Amino acid sequence: MYDGKKIIPGLVLFLGIVTYPIWHNTVSGKTSYVPKPEIPADKKECVEPKAFIRINHKDLLDDWRTSVVRSGIRIYQASNKKKYTMSLNRTCMDCHKDKTKFCDQCHNYMGVRNDCWDCHMYPKELKAGVK
Amino acid sequence: MEFSRRGFLKIAGLTFLGLAAKPGWEVISKVKPSESSPAPNYFSGKKWGMVIDLKKCWEAKEEDIESINTCHRIHNVPSIQSIKEEIKWIWTIEYEKTFPEHIHDFNEEEYKGRSVIVLCNQCDDPPCTKYCPTRATWKREDGIVMMDFHRCIGCRYCMAGCPYGSRSFNWRDPRPFIKKVNLEFPTRTKGVVEKCNFCEERLSQGLLPACVEARKDKAIIFGDLNDPHSEIRRAFHGRHILQRQPELGTKPKVFYIV
Repeated sequence: MYDGKKIIPGLVLFLGIVTYPIWHNTVSGKTSYVPKPEIPADKKECVEPKAFIRINHKDLLDDWRTSVVRSGIRIYQASNKKKYTMSLNRTCMDCHKDKTKFCDQCHNYMGVRNDCWDCHMYPKELKAGVK
Repeated sequence: MEFSRRGFLKIAGLTFLGLAAKPGWEVISKVKPSESSPAPNYFSGKKWGMVIDLKKCWEAKEEDIESINTCHRIHNVPSIQSIKEEIKWIWTIEYEKTFPEHIHDFNEEEYKGRSVIVLCNQCDDPPCTKYCPTRATWKREDGIVMMDFHRCIGCRYCMAGCPYGSRSFNWRDPRPFIKKVNLEFPTRTKGVVEKCNFCEERLSQGLLPACVEARKDKAIIFGDLNDPHSEIRRAFHGRHILQRQPELGTKPKVFYIV
């Protein structure tokens, strides 16, 4: 090989730079990071089973929004026949008081952005500074 | 062992069936949310309207201010001190600007310059809703002209369509201009149009609109226009009834009595 002394270290350097994000994250422990949404200790159940909420919370919230704003239906009957007021502020955030400890945990991890909080507020936010 | 083509197909078929069993079962046994409870029919048969007794309003001006402040406080309406950017749901203007068609040279002096409380007229034939390209504003069955802030794209066609100037646009984030945020009602965001919603969120809880409840002089009466025995219908008896610019054909459901 011509110029092997230059090519091989060059290739090693190149591969090192290209794979930098992978081994940097491995060394700093980021690859083993798991989002930890804080579950309120004093509450036993959500409006629907955890498995359903995990996958479908966005559709559920969308349905609630449409139902309340467009159709004026404000009561949600859950699969266990319990009734809940369809409200982000009053129902969801009544248990999950701080969105930074719950919603943001997974949303930030997955790089998901939503516009809910441009208008809606959560109780902790009020205490923290919004007048 | 001789492995026949037929035997191979049998085994392969059974293997695929076996592999499909788990995902197939997951589809069938999937947790499904139950349907939400059937809608209570509070829209049907009702036609909400409002009567404003101008004689009573003119006797106690501070009650008007109380109505305005209560509404704006409950609905997180920001107070921005600029005519271009101000947000208003309910406010006052002079008599001659409210009812320009009633003004002539011999108007009673007492009417001129008097402030009249105005809000979204909740028109029966609203021009604003026809302009909205996203159906963010529409007339509900009970006559309330609704706003869906989620759908509003901020094109402001509805503002051009409203002949009463009842709609305001959020040119900037309103939150810094709200003195004390009410958690029960969302704020708005930059780029949406807002207006009086006839307190539909309060009506759903069986409460009267905030502007009606805030005042003691009963100058604003709210009720069902379809019910001939309602307080609002009785308020019309023997009184001269005005509407804002009725000649436009918008059929306002906010009436004024003098």
